This record gives sequence, C-alpha cells and structure tokens, in this order.
Amino acid sequence: MSHRILILAEHSQNQLSVGTAKCVACAAGIPDAEITVVVCAADAGAVAAQAASLKDVSKVLTIEHPAHAHALGALIAPQIAALAGSYTHVLGPSSTFGKDVMPRIAAMLETSQISDIMAVESATRFRRPIYAGNALLTVEIAAGAKMVGTVRTASYQPAPGGGSATVEKVTSNVALPTHTRFVSVSAAKNDRPDLQTAAKVVSGGRALGSAEGFKILYQLADKIGAAVGASRAAVDAGYAPNELQVGQTGKIIAPELYMAIGISGAIQHLTGIKDARTIVAINKDSEAPIFEVADIGLVGDLFQVVPEIEKLLAV
Amino acid sequence: MQRILVGIKRVVDYNVRIRVKPDGTGVITDGVKMSVNPFDEIALEEALRIKERGGAEEVVVATVGPADCQQQLRTCLAMGADRALHVQTDARIESLTAARLLLKLVEREQPFLVLMGKQAIDNDNGQTGQMLAALWNRPQATFASKLQIDGQRAQVTREVDAGLETIEIDLPGVVTVDLRLNEPRYVKLPDIMKAKKKPLETIELATLGVEAQQQLQPVRFEPPAQRQKGIKVKDAAELVAALKQKGLL
Ligand SMILES: Cc1cc2nc3c(=O)[nH]c(=O)nc-3n(C[C@H](O)[C@H](O)[C@H](O)COP(=O)(O)OP(=O)(O)OC[C@H]3O[C@@H](n4cnc5c(N)ncnc54)[C@H](O)[C@@H]3O)c2cc1C
Ligand SMILES: Nc1ncnc2c1ncn2[C@@H]1O[C@H](COP(=O)(O)O)[C@@H](O)[C@H]1O
Repeated sequence: MSHRILILAEHSQNQLSVGTAKCVACAAGIPDAEITVVVCAADAGAVAAQAASLKDVSKVLTIEHPAHAHALGALIAPQIAALAGSYTHVLGPSSTFGKDVMPRIAAMLETSQISDIMAVESATRFRRPIYAGNALLTVEIAAGAKMVGTVRTASYQPAPGGGSATVEKVTSNVALPTHTRFVSVSAAKNDRPDLQTAAKVVSGGRALGSAEGFKILYQLADKIGAAVGASRAAVDAGYAPNELQVGQTGKIIAPELYMAIGISGAIQHLTGIKDARTIVAINKDSEAPIFEVADIGLVGDLFQVVPEIEKLLAV
Repeated sequence: MQRILVGIKRVVDYNVRIRVKPDGTGVITDGVKMSVNPFDEIALEEALRIKERGGAEEVVVATVGPADCQQQLRTCLAMGADRALHVQTDARIESLTAARLLLKLVEREQPFLVLMGKQAIDNDNGQTGQMLAALWNRPQATFASKLQIDGQRAQVTREVDAGLETIEIDLPGVVTVDLRLNEPRYVKLPDIMKAKKKPLETIELATLGVEAQQQLQPVRFEPPAQRQKGIKVKDAAELVAALKQKGLL
C-alpha cells in the first residue's frame, strides 16, 4: 500500500522555506511515500515551481486567495482539512508557522498530532524529543488513524532538487473565517545569514551586558560569515531581538559551528543546539555547564578573548 | 459575567534534571518536584492583570489530571484566581482530549477569553490551545508576547520566526502565551491561607461525555545521545588554531 503524504508549504516573499524541503526529506523516509506539497498563497506560481523541483515530490497543489498574502493559521487550517481526506499523513515544519497551524488542522480532522518528528521508524512509528530534549520518545499512532505531524527541521537535510512534479490548481469552496486579521509584522532586516540555516552561529548571553556589548559578537560574526544568536537572558534584557533566541522556546538549530559566548548552558538553551556539529564555549567560569557539551572550551573573559580572536583572523 | 478561563497543567518542575527509567517505560517522576507549567503561570498572570485593570470580573483556572493536580490549582488560587475546576482522571490525556474537555468547560463557563501556555514543558506538544480554538470554531493567537483587549477584539503581538507579528482577533478566542508576555507574581503566605477557602470544584471526567482516547501509544523512552567530552584550549590563539584544523575557519 502506498502512503499518500500531504505537506503544507511554508514560504515568504515568493521563496519556499528550507523547512518545507526538510519536510519532504522526512516524508521520503515513510515507506512507499507518494508526496504532494500544497501551497496556500495570494499568488502561488513561483513557490509552486520551487516545490515542484524538489526530488521525491510527485504533485504540487496551489490554493490561491488574496487572504493568503499573510499566513494565518485560522484561515489555512480549514482549507487543508478539507483537502486532507484522501491522504494518510499531513505534515508541516516545526517552525512558528507550522506549530500554529498544524494542531488546528489535526483537531479539525479529529486526530492527535505528533510534534517535532526527528526520525521515522515506520509509517505509523515516529521518534520525537520531549522534556526539552532530555528524553526521546518513540510513539505509535493507532492503525487507520490519519497522522498529522510537525517535522523538527534541525533533524533533516533539505530534499535535493532534480524533481519535476506536476502543478495543479485547487479551487477551494471553503468559506474563510473573518474573525482573524493580519495587522503588521516587524522583522529586522540584515545581511547576515539566517540563524536557522547558517553553517556558523556566534551566540551571546547575559554576560554581554548590553546591546552595545553585543556589537563585538556582530563584528566577529561578520568576519567569519556567521549568523548571530542569543540566550533567552540576553533577549529578555533587551541586548538582542527575540528572533535571535536559541533554545527550547526559541530556535532549534544545527549549524556546523556554534560559538556560545558568555552563555552558562542552561538545559533550555542546550536543547536548541544539540545537533550542532562543533560547539565552542567561551566562559569565565570553568564550572559553567556549557563546558559539559562543548567540543572546544576556553575559560576566559569574553571581552578580552573575542577581540583577540578577531585580531588573529585579520592576519 | 466577563470571565477568563486559564488552562493549567501540572508538570515536572523545570529545574528538575529529567531521567529516563532504565526499562524505557517513561521518565522518573517519583519524588520529583511538580509545578504549574511555567507558561501557564504567565497565562494566569496575564488574566489577573486584565482583571485588575477592570477588563474582567472573574478568573477561572482549569486542569485535567490526577488528584494531585489540586496542589497546583491551590497555587493558582493563591496567585489570585477566583475559582478552580479540576477534571479528575488518572488516564493518560492526549492534547486532543484535553482540548475536548476544555471545550466542555468553555461551553459551561462562557469565557470571553481563554488563556493557555504555548506548550507544556513535559510533552512539549504545543497543541492544546490551537486544538481548542479549532473545536470551538473560534480564533487563535499563539505565542503571544503582548495582548491588548479592546471591547470585542484583541490585538495580539506574536513571537514568530521572522520577528514580531501583530494580528487582531474577534473575541471570544484562545490566546497561547510566550515567556516574554509578563513576569508572574510571587505567592505570599497570607494568600496561600486565603486560597484554602476559595472554591475548587472536582468534575469526574466520565460526566463530561468525552472519552480519553489513546490514539498515540508510547513505545519506548530513551535518553538522548551524550556528546563526546571535548577539549580545553588555553587562549584565543589555540582556539583559532583548533577551529582552522577542523576546517571551520
Ligand atoms: C520554560 C523556560 C524556557 C526557556 N527557554 C529558553 C530558551 O529557549 N533559550 C535560552 O537560552 N534560555 C531559555 N530559558 C532560560 C534558561 O533557563 C537560562 O536562564 C538562560 O539560558 C540563561 O542565559 P545566559 O546563559 O545568557 O545567562 P546566565 O545563566 O546568567 O549566564 C551568563 C554566563 O556568562 C558567564 N560570564 C559572565 N561574564 C563573563 C565574561 N566577562 N566573559 C565570559 N563569560 C562571562 C557567566 O560565567 C555565566 O556562565 C528558559 C527558561 C524556562 C523556565
Ligand atoms: N491536562 C491539561 N489540563 C489543562 N490544561 C492543559 C492540559 N494540557 C495542556 N493544557 C494547556 O495547553 C497548553 C499547551 O499544552 P500542550 O499542547 O500539551 O503542549 C498548556 O500550557 C496548558 O495551558
């Protein structure tokens, strides 16, 4: 029996998110997967073409509506639920977009959701982290139940290109609710790599002491082509904007290099960097828990060490 | 009556070091400190502030779980909630079931606002609020870091991956809260005494006409892979050299 998998695409500014390509990679691990990607957008053309070019995708569906100019879970969920009838699995990324909309879809389909899938063991058996990643749970969904899930994107490489799926327009006759309205979004624009996909991340904690203090991290990051991250304490104190937060309640990332600078290494922070290839810790307290997970540790004062690193890189 | 309902879950305290049982059937919870889910404390704090500003007349907290949950409900009453509802059950409750049960309480209490945590820190599901909103057929605003109520509407600023998004929802609706919304107050001793006299109603799950369905069966719990012990370098020069050797700089 083939498994029919529907993936809800995430996109912004006519760009399909890397998270969607990672959902495809996850779905491809389900035996006999037949993968469809659905794009809800005001104008789906460019995004649909990107989705169609992903390996293992056999079909792309587009649902176009002016209201989809901004992704609102309450508007998207009923349309996906209406479409889901003939699918065995419905997946979305574990981004704030997916976390918002997928449970709403699951409830409309009267089914339980499996959040943050990190491994597929069979079409009904999945592994996921719980307790902030301090335990891993393998869970089995009842036979015959429709499976709705979010994919922990840090656990997957994006599906490669080379596909050529057909693109089909869906005319939805679902009435869109009017009780939810987009007002505005404030996204800091910068030229640095995106925190979630960057190969290198330089991250700072409370020890930076001020937004001014964070500047030495931005300088280092720019020198090595890294994204900048922050601990919750640094964000709460206003040293860095909230979208830079790494951890259980921030972003879960898997860079090649993660430099934790003036970060103590609380469990909730470590949850966000478990999959980093190499962790570097710079902390003046040799007992800081971050050293228990660091591949390379340096005990020292960051205000001295970081400028030194920069100087060494300049030559 | 202008009422706010707050969903409360009893969870292992966030400071506890979680250990998986050697036989892989769960995590160790015997003798472990239990608390109100930290996000739910923030949800309750927000409800109390709305009431204190005159935006609501009553704050009701509700939980689904075993008899021991009454401790956490008492904590919420001590924080300032007016009333507590306890749907009592020893069954394992999936998020969809919790949402179905909370919907029954919503139908009974008719709140204009339901506040919940964005996720419970035990199962890390992050589902129940959105599921309740779907079943109730009302709006949802998840990951709130700012909430402004204006008559029949609420403006909610949400922490999203890109930054901060503001949406407007018609009430009644469900708002799930993020950490930066507020800082919960400390409970004072006299309030703990007073809370003992506040109403706490126990409702048997069976009387609500909802089945505790088990659609998801836990198969195995395991500890995460441990990272290899790393090396220590003595200064910036050694660090840069080590990173260059790994091809990372
Ligand atoms: C439900 C919940 C969810 C949470 N989610 C997250 C999350 O997603 N992400 C997150 O990060 N946290 C999260 N936290 C918070 C977490 O528990 C910690 O409080 C937080 O990570 C601490 O941040 P920090 O390491 O920057 O600060 P601190 O713990 O204060 O550590 C600062 C470190 O800097 C070192 N230091 C000080 N001065 C210097 C110097 N000059 N040079 C070098 N080192 C120096 C100190 O030795 C110390 O180790 C969460 C907490 C809860 C309860
Ligand atoms: N058993 C429960 N009783 C009451 N509220 C709950 C229960 N489970 C979850 N919630 C609420 O739903 C939120 C999200 O939980 P979850 O979907 O399990 O991550 C929690 O922060 C609570 O506000």
